[in-house]
Amino acid sequence: MSFGRLITIVKKEFIHIKRDKSSLGIAIMMPLVFILIFGYAVNTDVEHIKMAILDQDKTLESRELIQKFASSNYFQPKIYVDNISEIERLLDKGNVKTGLIIPPNFSKDFKRGKSPMVQLIVDGTDPTIARTALQSGVLTGKMYSIKKHESIANKKGNILQGIQEIDVRTRVWYNPNLESNKFTIPGLIGLIMQNVTVMLTAFALVREKERGTIEQLIVTPIRSVELIIGKMIPYIVIGSVDFLIALFLGTYWFNVPIRGNILLLILLGFGFVICALAIGMLISTVASNQLQAMQMTIMIILPSVLLSGFIFPRESMPLIIQKAGYLIPLTYFLEILRGIILKGIGIDYLLKEIIILIIMGTLLLTIASIRFKKKLD
Amino acid sequence: MKTEYSIITENLTKKFDDFTAVDGINLKIRKGQIYGLLGPNGAGKSTTIRMICGVLTPTKGKGEVLGLDLYSQAEDIRQNIGYMSQRFSLYEDLTVLENLSFYASIYSLTRGEKKERIAELIKMAGLEGKEKRLAGQLSGGWKQRLALGCALIHKPKLLILDEPTAGVDPVSRRIFWELIYQLANQGITILVTTHYMDEAESCDEVSFIFKGKILAKGTPEELIESKNANNLEDVFISYVEEQTGQKVKTSFNDMRFICNRKEGRKK
Repeated sequence: MSFGRLITIVKKEFIHIKRDKSSLGIAIMMPLVFILIFGYAVNTDVEHIKMAILDQDKTLESRELIQKFASSNYFQPKIYVDNISEIERLLDKGNVKTGLIIPPNFSKDFKRGKSPMVQLIVDGTDPTIARTALQSGVLTGKMYSIKKHESIANKKGNILQGIQEIDVRTRVWYNPNLESNKFTIPGLIGLIMQNVTVMLTAFALVREKERGTIEQLIVTPIRSVELIIGKMIPYIVIGSVDFLIALFLGTYWFNVPIRGNILLLILLGFGFVICALAIGMLISTVASNQLQAMQMTIMIILPSVLLSGFIFPRESMPLIIQKAGYLIPLTYFLEILRGIILKGIGIDYLLKEIIILIIMGTLLLTIASIRFKKKLD
Repeated sequence: MKTEYSIITENLTKKFDDFTAVDGINLKIRKGQIYGLLGPNGAGKSTTIRMICGVLTPTKGKGEVLGLDLYSQAEDIRQNIGYMSQRFSLYEDLTVLENLSFYASIYSLTRGEKKERIAELIKMAGLEGKEKRLAGQLSGGWKQRLALGCALIHKPKLLILDEPTAGVDPVSRRIFWELIYQLANQGITILVTTHYMDEAESCDEVSFIFKGKILAKGTPEELIESKNANNLEDVFISYVEEQTGQKVKTSFNDMRFICNRKEGRKK
């Protein structure tokens, strides 16, 4: 391998990037735009679910219950209606996601020591919202009911003979407030890096094929390895810059602090960029024009969004789909990102992921170099 | 033997699946010659040239370029030949200077050699004052001469040109051929494909290729004499007619009536 020829390719590639304002724009703007859009849009924290209320009791107690729902922050009592069909209409139209029906004898039942009944209707089209509404709805009802029974009993001078329940004290680690941003942002950093680098490198070699310049290169003494590595270096630089931009935005804009060692994170990020670049290179040795390269890039990006565990937990996927996720480098890098950023764990816990990523990167690069044989046929 | 010929091929064949693009071609090209490969589009000229350059692997046959074996010494061949492909393969977003300096570095020229050679080639191509222009902004003739410059940067002993004058205006075509003569006088062997017959008549020796086979070869004078024809074009057409058994109706002379009609309309 000649170092001089390698540097020549690197220089030429930098000139291409410098002159092609649109891909330079994509390289820099993509991490910015993606992290802002995804950072706000991929938010599974459900709050302020709109609620219609049919209060047939209209007593202090019924108003107290509604107040409890409102102050839970999960619900937003929005519209008060007079009959059930009105609730149905609002749910159909999508104006509200839940309906609460309080029957006429609600407060009387309390006073008689009976358990009063209310009905919570939930729009189940979006399971995430529905699940939150069901859980917090049931919980709100129970809490109010216990409090109410206690206070009624106290007034009467009795001690409430409640059922002795197990007292489960919960503590949530790493993300105590269960903010979905803390889960999404580290994943997003990995996804953005993958997308930008795969896409840019996929085009790098295909462009030479499309313009016919590859033919001229083949008749020169340049070697495939020099050409491939030389083409990759500029994109390693760009990928690393994108990684730092995404990391910076995640930390300071979305307040997801890095608990672990930032140097280790940057080092591994650099390693992942090489892996993603190798995928891009492989695409560009297979594709014969830019359109094909684009289609193949999408074929890689889309499954990696779904299967890597970026949004959906891999634990809940069928076994085959889970296994397919193991073939995607991003899967391992997400483990690394979340491990270091959220849990603050060190290299000793991530060895498996790191080794697999190194193997995958080497394998992909080797295949790309072999496939690019310096021949047209 | 080795000193006399630049290119020798024996039974050189290339198949793409079922289609035989080049079918057993034998060539012997002397050092310092301008050798022309003629033939209609799709005859297999470019495929032959690409095999000689090492861009395509032959399916069958033997070959020696500059005394080096086509299969085992492909990399050594590359260091010593200059190649200009059909569409001048320049980086259009690089300047004239950047293009030349890129190829100079790829061929590992030293800094001193590089500077000297680039200056020489810019002068040769008449590109003085255009060094900072993007290659994509040059017109056809300039692009072609820049591509020639890039192919010559490492002082190759053999220059291979694939339809170098396609899509270039007549004046630029003439300048280009003057350059080719200069190079041949310096002792560089030149292999060129073309379908311009005036260019073909300027070659020292030519081969007619049709459907992957060589139909005839020799000096232009010999060929014209053997068919008792007026020019190479008539020779060429008569060979094609022999092969296909069909008369090619629109030879150049037959097409003159179009000119006559034009003149008639002017009046």
